[in-house]
Amino acid sequence: MTVFFSQLINGLSLGSIYALIALGYSMVYGIILLLNFAHGDIIMVGAYMSWFVMSQLGLGPVAAVCASIITCTVLGVVIEKIAYTPLRGAPRISLLITAIGVSFFLEYTTELLLGSGAKVIPAYFESKVFRLGDVNLGLTAIITLTVTVASMLVLSFLVRQTKLGKAMRAVSEDMDAARLMGVNVNSTISFTFAVGSALAGIGSVLYCCSYPQATPTMGSMLGLKAFVAAVLGGIGSIPGAMIGGIAIGLCESFVSAIGLSAWRDAVTFAILILVLLIKPTGFMGRKVQEKV
Amino acid sequence: MKKLISRRQFLAAAGVVAAAGALSACGSSSSTAGSAAASAGDTIKVGVLAPLTGEVSNYGLAVSNGVQLYLEQVNEAGGINGKQIEVILMDEQGDATQAVNCFTQMVDEGITGLIGDVTTAPTLAVVAESQDYNMPMVTASATAEAVTYDAETDTVYSNVFRTTFTDPYQGIKMADYAYEKLGYRKAAVIFQKGADYNEGLAENFEIEFEANGGEIVASESYSKGDVDFKTQLTTILGKNPEVVFCPNYYEDVGQILAQAESVGLDVPFLGGDGWDGVAGYATADQLKDSYFCANYAVGAAPEFESAYEEKYGEAYPNGFAPLGYDAAVTLCYGIQAAEEAGLEPATDEYKQAVIDAIKNGTIEGVTGSFTFDEHNNPIKTAAILTFENGEAVLKEQY
Repeated sequence: MTVFFSQLINGLSLGSIYALIALGYSMVYGIILLLNFAHGDIIMVGAYMSWFVMSQLGLGPVAAVCASIITCTVLGVVIEKIAYTPLRGAPRISLLITAIGVSFFLEYTTELLLGSGAKVIPAYFESKVFRLGDVNLGLTAIITLTVTVASMLVLSFLVRQTKLGKAMRAVSEDMDAARLMGVNVNSTISFTFAVGSALAGIGSVLYCCSYPQATPTMGSMLGLKAFVAAVLGGIGSIPGAMIGGIAIGLCESFVSAIGLSAWRDAVTFAILILVLLIKPTGFMGRKVQEKV
Repeated sequence: MKKLISRRQFLAAAGVVAAAGALSACGSSSSTAGSAAASAGDTIKVGVLAPLTGEVSNYGLAVSNGVQLYLEQVNEAGGINGKQIEVILMDEQGDATQAVNCFTQMVDEGITGLIGDVTTAPTLAVVAESQDYNMPMVTASATAEAVTYDAETDTVYSNVFRTTFTDPYQGIKMADYAYEKLGYRKAAVIFQKGADYNEGLAENFEIEFEANGGEIVASESYSKGDVDFKTQLTTILGKNPEVVFCPNYYEDVGQILAQAESVGLDVPFLGGDGWDGVAGYATADQLKDSYFCANYAVGAAPEFESAYEEKYGEAYPNGFAPLGYDAAVTLCYGIQAAEEAGLEPATDEYKQAVIDAIKNGTIEGVTGSFTFDEHNNPIKTAAILTFENGEAVLKEQY
């Protein structure tokens, strides 16, 4: 039972990270119907930023966290402006291919500049383990869960209660109608990218707390898993991304816990296939009716 | 009638030239390092085969430098039985076909023994070829079992020896060290599945530790490329081991140690020579009381280290250099015996005498003193390293 609770915590903290990344996927998909495959690589850049600030510049963890989140946010918007905006009217397949191109560009530029070996990210805080009865509860897990819940509350508030959130929802509902109603579509899309990438930045910091190494290709598998989470929750849906992320994290933990660690990735992608076959809209996805 | 070379003829000629270039691509250099040049009759020709250029050249150069260091020392001290050793050094560029070409060329030049090859694949190719000549052959660094022993037909390649220990041997060493020296009775194992090195160490550790009377409480694995090990470590934690054997490469080890700390698994970890370099990937706290084994550790043979630095102007680069040195020691040990028997170099009796001497001898090398087992693998001590303030230091030879 003790081990069960510990594994539950492992699954929840892994799932939280997936959820934060899945949110970025879902928001971008919701607004311009683009699967932004460069999203995972933004996390990679954030991780390298933490390494750079702490290891190379010798600054503290607060500076590293700020630098990572800001870099991710700016990078997300820059990618949107340079690579996606010019393709606004293009077929969706062109956008998708561009996203894959951006992903490779980020990975191989990093590899060229910094080599393919792993860089060790210094600890943001001193590791501590609390004991609740027989269950070990790591400080890393506590921080991961707290930050994720807080980020999601802020995001919900942003989307539901603010004017920008309203604009986002309007653009996602019908871009042309929103434009006619006076919503600035371009800046709303940029804002969506900024928010999604900021969440990726937070995800990147949390990821590095748990797995303190940065490699050029770390984002690709992470991004794919988050994509599965987004699809499972219903791509385009914010609560769906949260639920999907947590579900994938728990599932991976329990698959390993019963001794099938070699099957972990296989199970995750089997879920993707099953969702697409049985319920393509995921848990919370809307049914979109094709307009004739 | 004009005599013009047609385009086709020209291309054919160019092709022949290019092919000839490729065939003779074994960059060869022959030297009798050391004192006065000896006349043709009093040299003993020894082949040295290594990748001196290409991807794995950092290993090849280390081995060949180590080899040449010893051979030069022998020549300076008057050679073996008054005869100078003539080194025929060839670069196989990390390629198996090239390695075999180089080897046959060396045979034509009359070598009486071979030191090489360095990496496993070309070594296997040369081993197959060497059978025809019963050529004494010592590899410094090829770890695969198949280099000296064919498990399918249960035959030992009697002419082939190696100075590095094999992968299974490390697992056995660490199991003995954990049980006998460190006094652990309950161990867990975490290793990467599907990799010969990691699986070989893990499997042999488990068998030996249990044979000693210890208990393996958990055996967890992961796949290549995994970064999340918390689940496996939590399972291990639930079984309360006293120590965890983690025979993986240093980047994974760094991740595992950091995550062990975060799930509250604070027992010492043990590893094999894949831990070399782990110091930069884990904190002093995480490495406390951990041990790993290696062929050679800095400070184990100071005379070797200073001689290397004097000859090459830099510190020895990695463990391949002392292993190369010992490969040369091993072959010279055999040659010494053949010379004492008064045989003629490069003859069949001479080669057999070299092989017999090595097989039954005790070699005093810089990586320890060793004899050879029934599969021609060295039985030797391993350097056991531990950590002081997060830096790897030699603990003892075990």
